[in-house]
This record gives sequence, C-alpha cells and structure tokens, in this order.
Amino acid sequence: MSGAHDQLAGDAHDVARRIADGTQSAESTVGAALERARTDPFGCFEALDEEAALERARELDRARSGGASCGPLFGVPIAIKSNICVDGELTTCGSRLLAGHRSIYDATAVERLVAAGAVVVGTTRMDEFGMGSSGENCASGATTNPRTPAGGAARSPGGSSSGSAAAVAAGIVPLALGSDTGGSVRQPAAFCGVFGHKPTWGRVSRHGLVAFASSLDTIGTLARSARDLELALAVMAGPDGRDSTAFERTDLDRELAAPDARDANRPLAGLRLGVFDDSALTDVDPHVLERFTRTLERARELGAELVTVDLPHHRHGVAVYYVLAPAEASSNLARYDGVRYGRRVEAGTSLEDMMTATRTEGFGHEVTRRILLGTHVLSSGFYEAWFDRAARVRRAVADDFAAAFESVDLIATPTAPTTPFTLGEDVDPLVRYRGDALTIPASLAGLPAVSVPVDVEPGRTVGLQLIGPATADLSVLRAAAALRPDSVEATRGAAPGGSVQ
Amino acid sequence: MSTFAHEHGYEVVVGLEVHAQLATGGKLFAPEPYRFGADPNSLVSIVTSAQPGVLPLLDRAAVELALRVALALDCHIPETSRFDRKHYFYCDLPKGYQITQLFHPYCTGGRVPLADGRAIELERIHIEEDAGKAVHDRGPRTLVDLNRAGVPLIELVTRPDLRSSDDAVQFLESYREILVYTGASDADMEKGNLRCDVNVSVRRPGEPLRTKVELKNLNSLRNVQASIEFEAVRQVEAYEAGTPELVVQETRLFDVERGETRTMRSKEDAHDYRYMPDPDLPPVRVAADELERLRDGLPTLPHVRRANYVERLGLSAYDAGVLTAERAVSDLFDGVVERAGDGAAKQAANWISNQVLGAFADESNALASVADLPFGAAELAELVELVDSGTLHSRGARDVLDKLLTEGGSPTEWVERLNLGAVRDRGALEAWCRTALESNARAVDAVKGGNEKAAGALVGAVMKASGGRADPAEARALLLELIAAS
Repeated sequence: MSGAHDQLAGDAHDVARRIADGTQSAESTVGAALERARTDPFGCFEALDEEAALERARELDRARSGGASCGPLFGVPIAIKSNICVDGELTTCGSRLLAGHRSIYDATAVERLVAAGAVVVGTTRMDEFGMGSSGENCASGATTNPRTPAGGAARSPGGSSSGSAAAVAAGIVPLALGSDTGGSVRQPAAFCGVFGHKPTWGRVSRHGLVAFASSLDTIGTLARSARDLELALAVMAGPDGRDSTAFERTDLDRELAAPDARDANRPLAGLRLGVFDDSALTDVDPHVLERFTRTLERARELGAELVTVDLPHHRHGVAVYYVLAPAEASSNLARYDGVRYGRRVEAGTSLEDMMTATRTEGFGHEVTRRILLGTHVLSSGFYEAWFDRAARVRRAVADDFAAAFESVDLIATPTAPTTPFTLGEDVDPLVRYRGDALTIPASLAGLPAVSVPVDVEPGRTVGLQLIGPATADLSVLRAAAALRPDSVEATRGAAPGGSVQ
Repeated sequence: MSTFAHEHGYEVVVGLEVHAQLATGGKLFAPEPYRFGADPNSLVSIVTSAQPGVLPLLDRAAVELALRVALALDCHIPETSRFDRKHYFYCDLPKGYQITQLFHPYCTGGRVPLADGRAIELERIHIEEDAGKAVHDRGPRTLVDLNRAGVPLIELVTRPDLRSSDDAVQFLESYREILVYTGASDADMEKGNLRCDVNVSVRRPGEPLRTKVELKNLNSLRNVQASIEFEAVRQVEAYEAGTPELVVQETRLFDVERGETRTMRSKEDAHDYRYMPDPDLPPVRVAADELERLRDGLPTLPHVRRANYVERLGLSAYDAGVLTAERAVSDLFDGVVERAGDGAAKQAANWISNQVLGAFADESNALASVADLPFGAAELAELVELVDSGTLHSRGARDVLDKLLTEGGSPTEWVERLNLGAVRDRGALEAWCRTALESNARAVDAVKGGNEKAAGALVGAVMKASGGRADPAEARALLLELIAAS
C-alpha cells in the first residue's frame, strides 16, 4: 500500500479515478483521510465516524470487485459541515445547544453525494448556526487556517464553513460541503486558499440543511479545483420532494451534455466580465486589490472583455442583510427550546423557565445578538420600518444585478476585502459584518457565485469572486476553471503559532 | 335572547373566528397520515417534530378542500396567496411558529347564509396548521402529543355582524353543514375539529363599536351561546353601573362548570406574534381552470335544497330540515325524485324520514348511515312506481321497504316473493269480507246502528286476512254493501 499522501494527491477527480482504475482502494483512501483527520492540528472536525466510513469504503471495494460500476465520486472521502444532516452523525451546528445531537436522517445533498460513491468521514466545525466569519463562534473551539505563515500567529480560516474549508486546504479531504448564507462558503474558501461555490438559491435542495436564514441559505461546496465543484453540483443539483424551493435541472443537464466549444488558449473569449468602478472597492486591502487586478488582467489575456458596471444599491447589502438574516434566524432558531432534542437546562418551575434557561445557556453571544436583532425587527410596530423596508431594498439589489446582467455575463469582485485576520482579535462585530460586504449582495439576489483562489501564500491568501445570473452556475464554474484550471496544492501547514481563543 | 341587554337599550355585537379541520386525513406540510384517537406521538414525522433541517411541503389536497369552502361561500379567491409564520413559544408548537396566512390569505369576503334568510359577511378565510396537544391531567408532568401538530385547518373570520348568541349558534350550524356538504371537514365540535372563538361587545344602537372581549374554550354550541349571554350581561352591567373600566380588551376563558367567563390574559400580556413571510414555501397559485373544475364538483348547498323542497316539492319546512340534516340522505331523496318525478316527493320523504332514518336510529341493526344501505335511490323510485301503478298498496310498500332495509334486492321481486301484489279479484275480496263480518259481530252491529267509523275495524280484519293485498277502499265499499244487504 502506498503512503497516505499519495492516496489523497490531486483533486476528487484524481482520487476517484485512481480508485476506479484499481491504483488504490477506497478503504486505503478513506483510511488515509481518517489518519490525517485524527492528527489534524487545525481543529477541522466536530466528529469523525471512522468505523462507519471504513465500513462504507470496504463495501465500495467489494462492489467494485463484484463488477459494479463506479460513481463519479467513487471512494472519495468527504467532510460535511456540522449543520448538514448525516444520519447518525453529530449535527451540532457548532452550538452548545446541540452538543451531542445526532441527526436521524440524511440531507438530500449528502444522500446524492453518497449515492455517487462519496464516503463521509466526519462533520466539521463552524461558527454557531452559520453566524460568523472567523470560525471562532464555535462551541467546540476555533479552527485555524492551514495556510498560516510558519511561526506566525494563527490566522482565521474564515467562516462559517471554517472546518470544511480548512479540511480541504489541509488535504484531509478533497471535497467538503459547507453552507453559504451571506458568504460562508466563499469567504473561508478565499481565506484558506481553495475553491468555493455558492449555487443559485434553489439549485441544491436545502432538505437537511439546518436553517439559519432560509431565503438566503444554500448548500455549497469547497474543493481544490473548479472541476470538482462542477462535479459536486452535477451530483447534488435538482428538484427534491422534500424542498419545494428546489428547482428543475434540465438546463443544467443540457449544458453538462453540450461539448465544450471554447478555444483552449482563449477560453474566456467573448465573455463580458463586469467590474466595479475603483471607488466601490476603497475598503479593500491593497494586497487583495493587487492580486484581484492582476487576475483581471489574466482574464483579459484569456479573452474576456472588462466592462464597468454600476450597482447602485450594492452598498446597502450589509445593512439589508443584517436585518433580514437575523429576522429569519430568530424564527428558524425558535425550535431550539429544550422540549424535543438537543440540550435541556432544567430551571425554575415552569415551561417558560426551562425554555429561557435552555436558550440562554445554549446559544453563544453572536447567535443571541442576532436573535435579539431579528426579534426586534419583526416586532409589532417595527416590522414595516425594518423588515419590510429591508425586503424592498433587497429587491432593488436584485434588480440592479438583473439590469447589469443585460450588459455583462459575469461580475468579478474580490471575495473578501482583507487577507485572513489573526484569531483572537477583539473586534467590533460591525467591522466583521462589513467584511461580508462583497459576498452578501449575491446572496440577497439568490445568484450563483464562486471564489477562485488567486493567492495561496500562507497569510496572504486572496480569493476572486465571480457572480453570475440566476441559474448560470455552470458559466460561473467554467470561468473559474479558465482562470485557474489546475488544482491548488494542499498544505500540511505549519503548526499553529498563535494562541487560539 | 340577550333580553337583559335589550331591556337596557343595548345591542350585542358578535364576531366569530372559527377553526375547521380539513378532512385530508393527513398533515398540511408533512407526509404522515392523521387519525383522531391514534396512540400519542405515533403520527409524527421528522417534519412535524421540527427536526433541524426539515422543510414544509404543501399538501395540495388541503388547498383544494379549502377552495371548495371558499367557492361555496362565494368568497373572493385571488390568484396567489402566501404562507406566513406566527411565532410563540409553547411545548405543543414544535417549530416555535405556526405556519398560517396573515398577509395574503387564500380568500377574502364571502358570506354564510342563516336559516332565517339573512347572510353573515366574512372578512376572510385562511389556511393554517394545527398545534399539538399539551396534556396536563396525567400526573405531575405535562405530556405532549404531536399527532395533531400540522393537521390542516381553515380559520374563518366574520365581520362583527352577528347581533345575538342565537345568531352565533345559527351561524355555526349553517357553516358546519356547509363544511360537511362540501366534504371539507367532519366539523365535529366534540372531536375538536370545529372550534370557535367569539368576540363580544355591547353598544347603544347606532354607536360606534365599543371595547370587545375575546372568549375562548367554547367546545359546544351550548357553550358558545351561554358565554355570549353571560358576557353581554357582564358588559351591560359594567356600563350601567358606571364602571366601564371593567370592560377591557382581553381574552376571557369560559368556565363551563360555573357558566361564567374570567380573564385569561389581558391586552398587555398579549403575544407579539412577529409575523413574517415563510421563505420555505413558494406562493400558492390557483389557476382559473382549477377553480372551474372545483366549482363544477360542488354539491347543491343545504339551504338551497331546503328552499327547493319546500317551494317546488311542497314538503313541510320540518321535513325539508330532516332530509337535509345529512348530505347523503338528501342525495338519496334527490335521487328518488329525479327518477320517479316531483310527484313522488312526499311518498319518498315519508319513507326516508320514517323508515330509513328510523332504521339508522335503531341500534339493533347494522344500519347507521346511507353508506350502509343495501339499496339505493333506484330501488326507492321503483317502489314509488309500484304504488303509483296500483300494483302495491301502501301497507305492502312498507313491508317491501322493511325487506329492502334488511336484505336489499329488487322491490318487484319482493312483491312477488311476499305475494303482496294487490288482489283485484272480486271473489277473493268477498270471501275475506264475509269472514270479517262473521267474526266481528259487534262491529257489524255498530255499523248498522249508524256508527260508520266502526267499519275501520272490519277493514283492518280484511287487510289482515288478505296479508295486505286487498285494496282497503274497495274492501270498505264491499263491507258496507254486504252489511246493508244483510
């Protein structure tokens, strides 16, 4: 048997191919991933299920030797964010309130990945219920960024899909599921130096994704190549009898079946790429801006035409988001009352006492803050001024995008305005909220977006975001593949140097 | 009827909020079935118990039933409606919110006819899901049964157009009947699948509305009536005593034992439900052709049938009421009239309301509803025709109907098998008459003495001897003839 590193080399395509052609077994592949996960210095995982994963891998090996055909993800070890249900696995959502909570069913996305041959090795850490962009709001501890400079203070992997992004960057798994409500796949992808895809809202069933803000929530993928993102999408997309907002995939299947007619040397020929006026990016860190601009130059060399677009309501995105998302969160998180599952704190004598104690002790600060915000904006007398008005501005943001896509095919922005910050910094939450300014608008409009790693240097990682019109997931992913056709290298990382709170 | 209020120059203003369970046999947004009386928590899917990550999926059958009611009540039905979330914390509400329709209900307006010919205007009807049940009387801990959680309901809200407790009762009776006729609901108050909250205020006629009080826990028509009566008196007394502060906007509970209402929660304690559009559910669209199809499938409503029975068929209001109390009975009656003609109405009404409904009420047989009958409208129509054609006398018809009720079969065959065909042969009739005369000397004497009524006993004897096959009128005539000739 060859060494663990070899087993997991390359992207999911490479791993699946090597297992399918007999170069390595599913069991040895999954075993290698579990070995790395066990010794993971970055704290990517909430829980591993080694026995179930190995058993599944052996089952696949038996099926293959019995002549069964291999699915596109045959034997590929994957990690699942701990807010996406895997039957029997810990689905804690990074919350004390759900500590020890095991799902009793599979999310549709997980079911479909597994049917395609993927093997779930474990669930990953995250900012509690998806609220946060640092990985620090996690009951079981923060994840560190595998691309932290040697000897430097530990950098944040971003969030909220912290563990999933870090596990992919660290080469533990080639593919992981995250969820993206305002940037929670894209921003950690940028911070960890991997690819991250947030599909069009409704492209992938949300059945089994623990809701944070339902009208914004999407299941997304983290990977080391753009083609892996496309593969995962092809496996997961489509309608679902358990989510009435998941839409048809006939357009996707047609595009997937169509031959690639692009010129290999100029794959972006004819692409009109929308960019903002410089004044819209004044808050962006100079290093990020430099890498972003350089990549735009590369896009031009590949045939793209850069067109300046104006989205007048774009700058209101953060404000709108922090009204609507907390409102929906306050509603979605009402079910954690200690009655049916999760943690219950017995206190006082009444039902209300028990619920109050359970929620007070169970939720972390950020979640509590957002529930309070959301409760306020939905309160009688405030609804029109806050929720209703925000909903109207949200439509204006979406209309701006729709208008822009009359004249461009895709829009490019930096994914995050900064490089990864140091863990443990005490910052005003509003500063963190502003860090989502570039990812939130696509979420508000329900549009597909991808973060492409354009700098994977430890401590200096930068992602470029491509946003497409609704349902144009493949256009976005194929442009990403043109900008960076190869897989990014995993890093075994330097041992984290800084203290982690 | 609210005499106390009227004597003091007040009128009573009542508005109703009525919840009816839709008879889909399932849940509004979850896949499992629902049955009343099933073992606690045996009908609870991951959707109903609100496991993290689940989503609601609308059962279109519930929307269809709701639309049938809206069409029957002539409501305005917009092309799209939406679902909203209504938030509060309680152990029987798994999601921490109820999915309902606040901002864009599936229908507005419409009216419910009252028995006295008036119609009560509606604000709206909307679709929503029921909560589970918290059980407090089984030991020290509260138990939660989620079977009922997620069952589809429609909530109807009237305008404050009712003027008495009698109006409220009339309204509920009429609405209940329409729910049952349209097949939308079993509307059984005892099983809790028809529930009513009442808003009551009083005022001097012509005044604007005064403060209203909401009454809850009204699980029977009697309680609805009694609570409105009590509350109207309480409010009038408060105003008359110069203590209007005793009437505040609040929710009051009806205490069935004591027959009075008492404060449940005041306005200050009222929930802020923080309504929000539900992002998990797309708008509900109702296509024009779907509405047409549903409209075509609607039955004639009970009040229309009653008017028809009285005005066209000449039945009494009482009989019309008896026949329409259940749709299946009314359908059976209509089926007979349709086949045998309007002239058969009285005969059919008699048989159905006496023998058929009598059989349903009789616990010694297995018949409880029209569905149990071993015959249908065609057989009853045939029976009418046998009588009309003189083949069968009414006494014989009763015997045939008894046979139909117990064994089914064809009326014509029963006439033959029971040898019930009317006998026209004069010789046979005369023989029966002579026997009757011989064995009833006292009656013969009485007739001779001028008491013609006494002939009844003689006719009876003839009918008995003939097994019902003699024609009573002919028998009577022949009897008198024979007595006169003797």
